Amino acid sequence: MTSILTSTFKNLSTTSKWALRFSIRPLSCSSQLQAAPAVQTKSKKTLAKPNVKNIVVVEGVRIPFLLSGTLYKDLMPHDLARAALSGLLHRTNVPKDVVDYIIFGTVIQEVKTSNVAREAALGAGFSDKTPAHTVTMACISSNQAMTTAAGLIASGQCDVVVAGGVELMSDVPIRHSRKMRKMMLDLNKAKSLGQRLSLLSQFRLNFLSPELPAVAEFSTNETMGHSADRLAAAFAVSRLEQDEYALRSHSLAKKAQDEGHLSDIVPFKVPGKDTVTKDNGIRPSSLEQMAKLKPAFIKPYGTVTAANSSFLTDGASAMLIMSEDKALAMGYKPKAYLRDFIYVSQDPKDQLLLGPTYATPKVLEKAGLTMNDIDAFEFHEAFSGQILANFKAMDSDWFAQNYMGRKIKVGSPPLEKFNVWGGSLSLGHPFGATGCRLVMAAANRLRKDGGQYALVAACAAGGQGHAMIVEAYPK
Amino acid sequence: MVASRAIGSLSRFSAFRILRSRGEPAFVFSFLARTHINYGVKGDVAVIRINSPDSKVNTLTKEAHTEFVEVLNEVWASDQIRSAVLISSKPGCFIAGADINMLASCTTPQEATRISQEAQRIFEKLEKSPKPIVAAISGSCLGGGLELAIACQYRIATKDRKTVLGVPEVLLGILPGAGGTQRLPKMVGVPAAFDMMLTGRNIRADRAKKMGLVDQLVEPLGPGIKSPEERTIEYLEEIAVTFAKGLADKKISPKRSKGLMEKLTSYAMTIPFVRQQIYKTVEEKVRTQTKGLYPAPLKIIDVVKTGLEQGSDAGYLAESQKFGELAVTRESKALMGLYSGQVLCKKNKFGVPQKNVQHLAVLGAGLMGAGIAQVSVDKGMKTLLKDTTVAGLGRGQQQVFKGLNDKVKKKALTSFERDSIFSNLIGQLDYQGFEKADMVIEAVFEDLSVKHKVLKEVEAVTPEHCVFASNTSALPINQIAAVSKRPEKVIGMHYFSPVDKMQLLEIITTDKTSKDTTASAVAVGLKQGKVIIVVKDGPGFYTTRCLAPMMSEVIRILQEGVDPKKLDTLTTGFGFPVGAATLADEVGVDVAQHVAEDLGKAFGERFGGGSVDLLKQMVSKGFLGRKSGKGFYVYQEGSKKKSLNSDMDSILASLKLPAKPEVSSEEDIQYRVVTRFVNEAVLCLQEGILATPAEGDIGAVFGLGFPPCLGGPFRFVDLYGAQKVVDRLRKYEAVYGNQFTPCQLLLDHANSSNKKFYQ
Repeated sequence: MTSILTSTFKNLSTTSKWALRFSIRPLSCSSQLQAAPAVQTKSKKTLAKPNVKNIVVVEGVRIPFLLSGTLYKDLMPHDLARAALSGLLHRTNVPKDVVDYIIFGTVIQEVKTSNVAREAALGAGFSDKTPAHTVTMACISSNQAMTTAAGLIASGQCDVVVAGGVELMSDVPIRHSRKMRKMMLDLNKAKSLGQRLSLLSQFRLNFLSPELPAVAEFSTNETMGHSADRLAAAFAVSRLEQDEYALRSHSLAKKAQDEGHLSDIVPFKVPGKDTVTKDNGIRPSSLEQMAKLKPAFIKPYGTVTAANSSFLTDGASAMLIMSEDKALAMGYKPKAYLRDFIYVSQDPKDQLLLGPTYATPKVLEKAGLTMNDIDAFEFHEAFSGQILANFKAMDSDWFAQNYMGRKIKVGSPPLEKFNVWGGSLSLGHPFGATGCRLVMAAANRLRKDGGQYALVAACAAGGQGHAMIVEAYPK
Repeated sequence: MVASRAIGSLSRFSAFRILRSRGEPAFVFSFLARTHINYGVKGDVAVIRINSPDSKVNTLTKEAHTEFVEVLNEVWASDQIRSAVLISSKPGCFIAGADINMLASCTTPQEATRISQEAQRIFEKLEKSPKPIVAAISGSCLGGGLELAIACQYRIATKDRKTVLGVPEVLLGILPGAGGTQRLPKMVGVPAAFDMMLTGRNIRADRAKKMGLVDQLVEPLGPGIKSPEERTIEYLEEIAVTFAKGLADKKISPKRSKGLMEKLTSYAMTIPFVRQQIYKTVEEKVRTQTKGLYPAPLKIIDVVKTGLEQGSDAGYLAESQKFGELAVTRESKALMGLYSGQVLCKKNKFGVPQKNVQHLAVLGAGLMGAGIAQVSVDKGMKTLLKDTTVAGLGRGQQQVFKGLNDKVKKKALTSFERDSIFSNLIGQLDYQGFEKADMVIEAVFEDLSVKHKVLKEVEAVTPEHCVFASNTSALPINQIAAVSKRPEKVIGMHYFSPVDKMQLLEIITTDKTSKDTTASAVAVGLKQGKVIIVVKDGPGFYTTRCLAPMMSEVIRILQEGVDPKKLDTLTTGFGFPVGAATLADEVGVDVAQHVAEDLGKAFGERFGGGSVDLLKQMVSKGFLGRKSGKGFYVYQEGSKKKSLNSDMDSILASLKLPAKPEVSSEEDIQYRVVTRFVNEAVLCLQEGILATPAEGDIGAVFGLGFPPCLGGPFRFVDLYGAQKVVDRLRKYEAVYGNQFTPCQLLLDHANSSNKKFYQ
């Protein structure tokens, strides 16, 4: 920081009149932006509001995201959450008794640990005096955990909250059929042998067919991939465009991994197996290879394939959130502010994955920002087709006017600022844990590349969506 | 359009985009603009668009045929074109069928045969097309539309509720005359083809795919760069073009791989004995169901048989000839008349109401009230259902839920849709929320003082603009309106039980009812999916008034010693879907008694005949019909079988009348029942209760089950001959007196042979 200041003075010393004026600006400006000649003027210097507590992210970590069925496959969800929590403890050295509350997001629940936040916290060595609860909101579950934490802090109920999320797709609850369950429950209540035998006599072989969970909407019974394919078609997104976007995601993730940008990862020594240090789903391929794949959902002519969709992932993330005062009092150097956020929802059939389109203009309006003010975009990539459809929707006046009740479009994000360290398509998408990854990527990108504001947005099952502004913490 | 897509919002991708060498060629429209059918060329695929001018639906008219042939010839002649897609420009309709007016105007069988042969010729050329043609189907694909589609090499359909395929010709008394009887059995197998052609049922796209009627399904799209409807049809076209190319390049085979069951069935069909057995079974079934009253189904079987046994040349010939014969039968005229009447009664002649009814309230959660609520929530109307007791309300709510849940079981609804529809229903015991009601339909007990009480209560809590509709089957509306502060807002809405199954709604206006109130009631009825007749107020309105003399005659016939089973056979044998005695049980003996007494008072001796005492005694013994388990028949829960109620014997014996041999032949009994009905219907037109004969026919057929093959009382007089009807009436008048005196209008028609109800 000081070096930047001095260099600025050196360069501009000849025109001292300008020097004074400019000398103020670099305080909130990063070195890179300074180097660029066309520096954008932020419409707002900060989103701090009078009489509202500033909420900061002190640190956020995640264990490597792995393809489901790989190294985490024998663990339970709370094991992954525990690893993320331990990593956070290790990295921040936060005294356990300072933590007021713990919130975790998850989607497919392991019934044995339905409050996975509590089980993981106990196992990770947090104080047994720290209460914990679990939230669920499909793919924005950990976003909900973070914003719940923000709410607790803003309202003065807590000062220090750990928020996170976990998903283990290697193991999902597969249940007995309803008929079988009913018989088993009735058997429990049957008193005499006669009653038991008469119950057993009702048994039919089809009772044994299991109930499998599906990534399908309960309301429409449509799987998400199917909906994504229809969405892509509705916005006329071609297969090639989708493959290109997926390839971009993988290439950028690989680059970020190689260059060591994914610093939110904490290594995880899997019991009985190796220590995992890297995400294992990043696989840059070629367009030719990708073009060979058959459509996965709408056969035989659909456009969504395994290669341009996010894959089933195991993983967990955790984040230490505090009021700014508390963080500073404890001597922390926060990474970012959590600012305005919004949740939206729309038709779960035809607009299932358009959450970012709806949430973006609203959160920008709320914060008093424009698209130009955003230096880093971190959007959840459920499917290539979904991201590209959202771009088109955001760039369409017709859509804004006819479906969103807005006068003009918000505009689609510039790609050079968009998910430049990869996204859910390449890094993986453990449903409950992705939100924290998005926020940490946004915070780390602002720190690394400079810039003031990042926009995080995601879609979720149920036709819901979320967006949040992350503001860089002054260095 | 294509250009804008290429340089659209994703141009930012340039870094990752491989330059597309395959630039899509621009869409070229042919220069000669035609009225019905046009085409353009996409690459090497011709996209043929059907768009009947000034109409919501596409129909196959003579001009459309001519243009279609021209377009096909150009497609075949062009070197640039290698395949074609056939698609409609109208989102909700592929082709709804042949133009009915074209058929209805045929006077000789030869004329109709020529129409059939012309269509056969075009579709044969289509079938033998050297360039593959893909039918891209979105919306209704019926009759000639489906026959055209199955002559194409490949079919792709949109998988939505609007897309239905079927050959409903049998419902119009004719047969699929454009090759359908020959191609369908080959395509879906003989049993399925018979089912389609003999029932005329609509088949949804997903089912059609399973049957092999279509080759691919396209998912309907939501909003995107365009409205869902527009984009879906565009998407369908894109997919169809891909498949057309694939077929031309021989990358896709038009042959479908058959399942094991299908293979077995088609193998079985190669055995002559099996085929004969199938013909026999189907024929027997048709004979028992139609009782020989409908010629079309048997001819369909005959034509299919000819094609299968004697080859397709003989088959096509038989098809066109039988088509010609059927097109000029009385039955087809009657059925086509009903069809156009139905179309007429699905329109609101009274204009758009000033206020759209969004909040509806129904009073009384009985069978009728709950039924009305069900058909209303079904269409998205917020409906308050009010009753006086928790038990009564609960029964009504359960009825609505069951009605919806049955649809889930039939897969017509998803359980989620059921829940969200059911949430439109609010059950309550008080008048809360009535201050927002735009319309209140009462379905409380049929008693004038009860009706007056609720009318006053309702008017005290509802806004000025609220319409008060009374669902009564016989109480005059002006009597109900007598205590109203706003008589211009009072109207009658007579629903038929069971409300969710019976299509008819009879709307009754008084002298004071305003036009806007009528428009509002019709709009609500149309929303509920009803076929609507609007009649003037008077005792029994139209439907009940026609039913009463008929029922009176039925009772007399029973008193004369004909047993109920025999009577049922005679009436169903004439074409009534439900026998006369069974009808009384279904309607409810107490209701029948009520009506008979009320109308007896209003019309005097003319409505006499049978003795009301019969009904009275039945009611006093608790024989109320199906609802009490006993009436003329004994009903058992869960069993469809019914046996005669032996306890009726003593009642019938005590009221026995001597039968008059000169008017008691089977035919006479049938005509005694029917002519009283017809005479009363014509009288309603004469008195101005009915506005048009078409409404009279629709009301009689859809509300009372008047034989559809006769087309309704007015069509019956036209086709049977007014003079003959009068002769019959005179014959019975001589025995029974003024109950059979023909009305003046009927006499006018009898006296002048060129007077017809339908010109």
